[in-house]
Amino acid sequence: MSSRPRGAAGSAGERELLTAGDVARTIARMAHQVIEKTANGAESTTPPVLLGIPSRGTPLAARLADKIGEFSGVRPPTGALDVTLYRDDLRRRPPRALEQTQLPADGIDDRVVILVDDVLFSGRTIRAALDALRDHGRPRAVQLAVLVDRGHRELPIRADYVGKNVPTARTEGVSVLLAEIDGRDAVLLRATEEAPGEDS
Amino acid sequence: MKHLLATDGLDPALATAVLDTADELKHTLLGREVKKLPTLRGRTVITLFYENSTRTRVSFEIAGKWMSADVINVSASSSSVNKGESLRDTALTLAAAGADCVIVRHPASGAAQRLSEWLAEPGTSVVNAGDGTHEHPTQALLDAATLRERLGSLKDRRIAIVGDVLHSRVARSNIHLLAALGAEVVLVAPPTLLPYGVESLPVTVSHDLDAELPAVDAVMMLRVQAERMHGGFFPSAREYSIAYGLSERRQKLLPDHAVVLHPGPMLRGMEIASAVADSPASAITEQVRNGVHVRMAVLYHLLASEGATA
Repeated sequence: MSSRPRGAAGSAGERELLTAGDVARTIARMAHQVIEKTANGAESTTPPVLLGIPSRGTPLAARLADKIGEFSGVRPPTGALDVTLYRDDLRRRPPRALEQTQLPADGIDDRVVILVDDVLFSGRTIRAALDALRDHGRPRAVQLAVLVDRGHRELPIRADYVGKNVPTARTEGVSVLLAEIDGRDAVLLRATEEAPGEDS
Repeated sequence: MKHLLATDGLDPALATAVLDTADELKHTLLGREVKKLPTLRGRTVITLFYENSTRTRVSFEIAGKWMSADVINVSASSSSVNKGESLRDTALTLAAAGADCVIVRHPASGAAQRLSEWLAEPGTSVVNAGDGTHEHPTQALLDAATLRERLGSLKDRRIAIVGDVLHSRVARSNIHLLAALGAEVVLVAPPTLLPYGVESLPVTVSHDLDAELPAVDAVMMLRVQAERMHGGFFPSAREYSIAYGLSERRQKLLPDHAVVLHPGPMLRGMEIASAVADSPASAITEQVRNGVHVRMAVLYHLLASEGATA
């Protein structure tokens, strides 16, 4: 296990990786990238569908869609995709509450679907999301947008849009705070005693 | 949650979590072509029914199958129970064969509780699908889910439970759950069909249905359980119907928003008029539909996680 040098806050504290301003700029940059990548060819006629993975992926998807709408004039439809029932680690954890799944009324068939999550870690959440999507329809293509990629993948999964790459140690935890849920925007790096809490 | 045996003593937070899960499951499966979730793949669920039942057994079977569990139905009439095998031996056999969960219906009150003690060692979960006149917790949960859907919340809602409360496990489970979720419960029944110790229950009691109806948000009709009645609890079916049946005239006394429930099977014309059972106020088919989602939620909370305790 690698042990990378930690930030100024030291092992017991936490370091702010992105401030509220950074988060806003990062989302704006990702919006431009989405427009660029999906504006070519057949995608240009139908905008992509942004599906956030609860809990923090959902407001992120909405913000990303707002920005895309602002820059391109067309706000893509958004939704939420709860993947709890598809997780392969359910047995190892206490029962989780289910969160909302909300797909656009037109469905996802033949659309480009962009999954949006806050942190990409092991890749198991995204694997579960791919399984869940298959039960909801057949998208033409599935892409992945994450605010933070912290590494440590356990599956061959890669994001198409990454807000910030944050190489971490497994003993560190990455927390994404969003105003909609946490009252403020920030990305924090924490030193944790046990296995990190993020499961993305 | 390891077992679901009763609503008496069920933590309101856990009950609410089950209802919320059922809500989300219903929402998730709505309009889907493939109603199948991989959540309980590799888990084995056995329904062990010592009494006849269509809706409860089928509801559990569908719930298990939609969650990808392997569901096996055992009915007492077609098993070694016929040869005199005891409940304990039957249950231990099923657990030894690999059942993760046994869903039991039994004519004896307390059977599910005993089963959970015998199966504590193999670690098999037990769900009470109705034991004698004691409890039927999943029915109460599906009733609560239906009421929440129609009324928004159960807090401070007034619910009348009408009819044969004495023999009704549905009534008993509902009394505890509805009270735990913040509703006021009024029992409306002839004195002969009220249980002993009714004064210790969190309810008020009335014998006058007409007087109660204008003030309730929901009325839950009960089945008259002829098979459990050994004696004259009321003079005649006609007289019962006149005093405690939900007729069209009585339905007009209800507030506009009031919901009519019945756990089924219904005795149309005696407990409830056909026109009332089929009216927009009636949520009887919704109860059945919600039953599947509630039972999926129960199986999820029991079986999805091995780390679950108590």
